[in-house]
Amino acid sequence: MSSERPAALLETSGASASSDPRLLPALRILTCGSVDDGKSTLIGRMLYENRLIFEDQLSALARDSQKHGTVGDDIDYALLLDGLEAEREQGITIDVAYRYFSTPKRSFIVADTPGHEQYTRNMATGASNADVAVILVDARKGLLRQTFRHSIIVSLLGIRHVILAVNKMDLVGFDRAVFEDITSKFAAFAKPLGYKTITPIPISARFGDNLSSKSGRTPWFDGSDMLGTLESMNIGSERDTLPFRFPVQWVNRPHLDFRGFCGTIASGTIRPNDEIAVARSGRSSRVERIVTMDGDLDVARSGDAVTLTLADELDIARGDVLAAPKDRPQVADQFGARIIWMSSDPLLPGRSYLMKAGAQIVPCSVTELKHRVDVSTLAEHAAKTLSLNEVGFCNLATSTPIAFDPYADNRDTGAFILIDRFTNETAAAGMISFALRRAANIHHQDITITKSERAQIKHQTPAILWFTGLSGAGKSTIANMVETRLHALGAHTVLLDGDNVRHGLNKDLGFTDADRVENIRRIGEVAKLMTEAGLIVLCSFISPFRAERRMLREMAPGEFIEIFVDTPLDVCVARDPKGLYKRALAGQIKNFTGVDQPYEAPERPDIRLLTAQESADVSAQRVIDELRTRKLL
Amino acid sequence: MAWRDSLIRLRRLEAEAIHIIREVVAEFHKPVMLYSIGKDSSAMLHLALKAFFPAKPPFPLLHVDTTWKFREMISFRDQTAARVGMELLVHTNPDGVAQGISPVASGSSVHTRVMKTEALRQALDKWQFDAAFGGARRDEDKSRAKERIFSHRSAAHAWDPRNQRPELWNIFNTRINPGESMRVFPLSNWTEIDVWEYIRAENIPVVPLYFSKPRPVVEREGTLIMVDDDRLPLQPGEAQRMEQVRFRTLGCYPLTGAIRSDAATLDEIIAEMLASNHSERMGRLIDHDESSSMERKKREGYF
Repeated sequence: MSSERPAALLETSGASASSDPRLLPALRILTCGSVDDGKSTLIGRMLYENRLIFEDQLSALARDSQKHGTVGDDIDYALLLDGLEAEREQGITIDVAYRYFSTPKRSFIVADTPGHEQYTRNMATGASNADVAVILVDARKGLLRQTFRHSIIVSLLGIRHVILAVNKMDLVGFDRAVFEDITSKFAAFAKPLGYKTITPIPISARFGDNLSSKSGRTPWFDGSDMLGTLESMNIGSERDTLPFRFPVQWVNRPHLDFRGFCGTIASGTIRPNDEIAVARSGRSSRVERIVTMDGDLDVARSGDAVTLTLADELDIARGDVLAAPKDRPQVADQFGARIIWMSSDPLLPGRSYLMKAGAQIVPCSVTELKHRVDVSTLAEHAAKTLSLNEVGFCNLATSTPIAFDPYADNRDTGAFILIDRFTNETAAAGMISFALRRAANIHHQDITITKSERAQIKHQTPAILWFTGLSGAGKSTIANMVETRLHALGAHTVLLDGDNVRHGLNKDLGFTDADRVENIRRIGEVAKLMTEAGLIVLCSFISPFRAERRMLREMAPGEFIEIFVDTPLDVCVARDPKGLYKRALAGQIKNFTGVDQPYEAPERPDIRLLTAQESADVSAQRVIDELRTRKLL
Repeated sequence: MAWRDSLIRLRRLEAEAIHIIREVVAEFHKPVMLYSIGKDSSAMLHLALKAFFPAKPPFPLLHVDTTWKFREMISFRDQTAARVGMELLVHTNPDGVAQGISPVASGSSVHTRVMKTEALRQALDKWQFDAAFGGARRDEDKSRAKERIFSHRSAAHAWDPRNQRPELWNIFNTRINPGESMRVFPLSNWTEIDVWEYIRAENIPVVPLYFSKPRPVVEREGTLIMVDDDRLPLQPGEAQRMEQVRFRTLGCYPLTGAIRSDAATLDEIIAEMLASNHSERMGRLIDHDESSSMERKKREGYF
């Protein structure tokens, strides 16, 4: 892009006159811009000019314009798009709306997204499936913080084609210098963003200049109008040329003689007899048939939903990725990724979330938040957590390895979402950058003496007895009694106590939610090491969050015994053995569980001790009895 | 097959819908396909057959019968279920029947709430379905334009438009708590013309009411209502007459306006639609009750 030729158009091949746009897939467009830049007006006007608004919709629009409109007696085109009642009343777009329109030449899917800063997540949502972004700029205001933000989010999500729509040209007298100043500043700013094409167009959305036809008021502009640009845009079929990737969605087994693998080809092409490899297991085979209801295919391409049968019987399940054997995806359980936080509950490093990547669903946690990215400047800031709409770069660890490609190479196999395991909301969207080599290079050392041999010599079965409950519930007292009895029975034990651990291993941690999560994670790892030594580990920790206790259970399958020391808060406050409640209630201690921080009681503990109704002695004996019942003693 | 190399647009839409349908079957315990007998349901059912070929789709079809559907719809429904060899469940709200709710006597708004919205909730609860496919498209209505492909419903079947899960790429968050459910719309990104072009390309059977034919109608407040049986009382001054009409959208016959048309083939329907100045919902009386009526209905659990 240069200032002499502001309309530097697409450098891709397909914009030639010979290609029939009817042959192209629908173009997915994301519109973004600041509040009042005229996004909705732009789309509404394009629909109107192309006679894509039906008469009954127009009469409804005229009605609505009088009720909610902001442009006097004229038709307010924006009202066509702002769908939800609340939005119409507030005059802003609060969510992603999808619009569909076709010209005789092409079909379009438009994602209209909000410009407000607090709705970054919606913009990222719209961007995730878009081929091209139309970035609106108000000619009077030039590039704003929001413009930078939107351009960066668009780039983060991997959109490579941008139309810079300089709107409200009517209000600057269609001044060429204004337009060229904005386009050259944008080009300079966008250099690091990796766009393949930037197409600037001077427009007036309200009056229709350079929308569906060239405007007589910009004779100096030698590019195409908006619609012509969109109609001829060929974003290429790049996915066909990438290595073959086929995430297995469903194993189709109607009878014993047929075993087909259903999925959508993420990239590449496939033909019968092509070799494939299963990414995680490394096993390989050959494609036998490409099965569809219309008959077997000779070839299938990226984007096609097909069913493959293989020449060999391999163990393949939902979540496996079939790939080109000579160009396989990476397989790792630790990687670096950019994430966009989408939940109102902040990110807690160490907490277990569910990762969904293609058809793979695995428990996952953020092991380290490297930095937060300021999406207006790309500046990196140190951060301990991410809040709603914040973007960060972090290391993640999954409980089992997953197959992936870097997002920059393949949007379909490099993207994931994180799901909150309790609310089930989509907590984050992520884009994988690279596998962490340290995980790949640190292999588990083969050790001669095993855990069970260490336990056998002690004549016991290792276990983690996890006492959870409010401060003052009696956890430490009962744990101490249980250990004394176990010791008397000849068991090899160790007791980890909250206060003691915080003096040593965890003395760097405080009592914020994030620190509590890390506290429990470390203790879990220590307890696990001690079970490796064959020990019975007693742990006495408030451990207020279900998510972390669930993580412990998953870390030590079959060995984790959750003991809920269930003492009502008023009883704990009355006991107050360390005088802590008194101080917390007086506001002298912050983040105190039960006072100003929640305690999430276990829903199904292995053992529940009602200390308000029985003595500590009786409680301790009940634990011993339960261990006997479970044949652990 | 040839269309698949020329109409890339339809090929992509077909693949996307199949992907969505498979995802539901892989992740939910007990899905069901809402089968409303219309053209969108016909296309959706066809896509389900494709998604699992050579197996049958591993879920039943559910029709919420208001007892006021066109007779041709009901016979088409039964023929279709027999043709595809899938289980067809039919549910009618027994309370509504007992109360004598009808579009004629009770008005469109009450009839729709009791015989469609409440009936659907009853059916989903009765069979404990945790996911239900619907044939709705985003281009139908402004509030639909914002609905997700996987649309979460509370245990009371309510939709909260302000609190929808973001939906990125083709990765769908299918997690729900016990008692909650998901409505899933595989045709979200299709337009009305896409559906007809797909029906033509794939030769999918549809109810004959979509094709023009002389039919008995009365004109009521500018809308042509077909007299499908003797339950439609004629008002003073109304006279039944034969007109060459067809339907662009199908529902309960007293609430569904016919259009004057000579389009008797798929080609003619598509040509007529390309020249049309009216949206398809114009023929639906239930949508005009009040502004934003669709959003309200959907919050209550309407499909």
